[in-house]
Amino acid sequence: MEYVNIFVKAIFIENMIFAYFLGMCSYLAVSKTVKTGVGLGAAVIFVLGITVPVNYLMENYVLKEGALSWLGPQFATMDLSFLSFIMFIAIIAALVQLVEMAVEKFAPALYASLGIFLPLIAVNCSILGGALFMQERQYSNIGEATVFGLGSGVGWFLAIVAIAAIREKIRYSSVPKPLRGLGITFIITGLMGIAFMSFMGIEL
Amino acid sequence: MSAVAVAEKVKEPKEPLFSKKNKALISNPLDDDNPITVQVLGICSALAITVQVKQAFVMTLSVMFVTAAGNVIVSLMRNYIPNRIRIIVQLVIVAALVILVDQVLKAFVYDVSKALSVFVGLIITNCIIMGRLEAFALANKPWPAFLDGIGNGLGYGVILIIVSVFREILGSGKIWGFPLFGHKVGALLSDGTLATDASGLYALGYVDNGLMILPPMALITVGAIIWVQRARNTKLIEA
Repeated sequence: MEYVNIFVKAIFIENMIFAYFLGMCSYLAVSKTVKTGVGLGAAVIFVLGITVPVNYLMENYVLKEGALSWLGPQFATMDLSFLSFIMFIAIIAALVQLVEMAVEKFAPALYASLGIFLPLIAVNCSILGGALFMQERQYSNIGEATVFGLGSGVGWFLAIVAIAAIREKIRYSSVPKPLRGLGITFIITGLMGIAFMSFMGIEL
Repeated sequence: MSAVAVAEKVKEPKEPLFSKKNKALISNPLDDDNPITVQVLGICSALAITVQVKQAFVMTLSVMFVTAAGNVIVSLMRNYIPNRIRIIVQLVIVAALVILVDQVLKAFVYDVSKALSVFVGLIITNCIIMGRLEAFALANKPWPAFLDGIGNGLGYGVILIIVSVFREILGSGKIWGFPLFGHKVGALLSDGTLATDASGLYALGYVDNGLMILPPMALITVGAIIWVQRARNTKLIEA
């Protein structure tokens, strides 16, 4: 039950886009058509689902205060948490690279559809944001961290697919000239954010 | 995003430190080439931390420091970074600078650092920084790169401050934490007691617009800024 709760919360209430604006840059740049939106969204789910648990292990067995005690008692008071940014981003960049190579080798069809988006993702704020929120919220085991990562990814996927569909349709309406393109996208995202706020307080 | 792809090149062998071209590096990002409203870079953090002017100001300084220092370092190393691994090299440089900023904030302005939470760390993946490193620092000398970093930091800051001024005044009736319209019932007074009655505009029945504090209004405010900017500066209008 705890898992379902974290999953639903990560998708709707703590949605990466509507509540924290993470990954906004690629969200705005790649949402011109639904097809590319789906591709990038799927890649984000995939990468968040892998990097959050790996970073969870990193945090709990290397970085946190006392996390190194498995090496021996003299390491029990070591606190490396000031290194967390650099470790997280290194892990993310390395994993994205690995995932890209593995997908290219074993699933060429998937690579053809995800391929160009994977390298973009290393610098997508929602991935590092997922790792940092995981660190801040102190999930109690790796299962919860994985579910949180997947849920955040699904939330991001929903957001980009929805905005891409709206942007495809809005091309046929007469938006005031200075507002065309970027401006109206911001305002629509804001309105979608207000709609998503109605999920607040859902507890499973 | 197109500005990122095209690497501008400045090549004048000898020019004064503040030549016209160099001044443009600072002034362009403020309007015509604004990182947020025109290049669409660095939106993530810009929206999340604009509830109060103070947070926005600290964030602006942090980003300005990281863009300027990152641009200079990458520009100095530009001839030694192998092209294939440049993203990782840039990430490591930026991450090191951000750790520096984070530790300084934690030491001197702990409350702001707590309020900014994960967004200090997210400066690493702030697209402005990576975008400017890729588009400018890799192809230019340190001094123009430094100016470009400062300019883009300022352009980012201008939008942040405008958004946060609106949100703080309308959302909580304050600016930089000082109440503008009097105080509400139950507000903490300067002598440390709780107010038993409202004063100023609140006594007349004024109510803060709570919606302004919530995340979606940041997006709508930026949308409105883009609208005003493009209505004034018609060459920015998208087809």
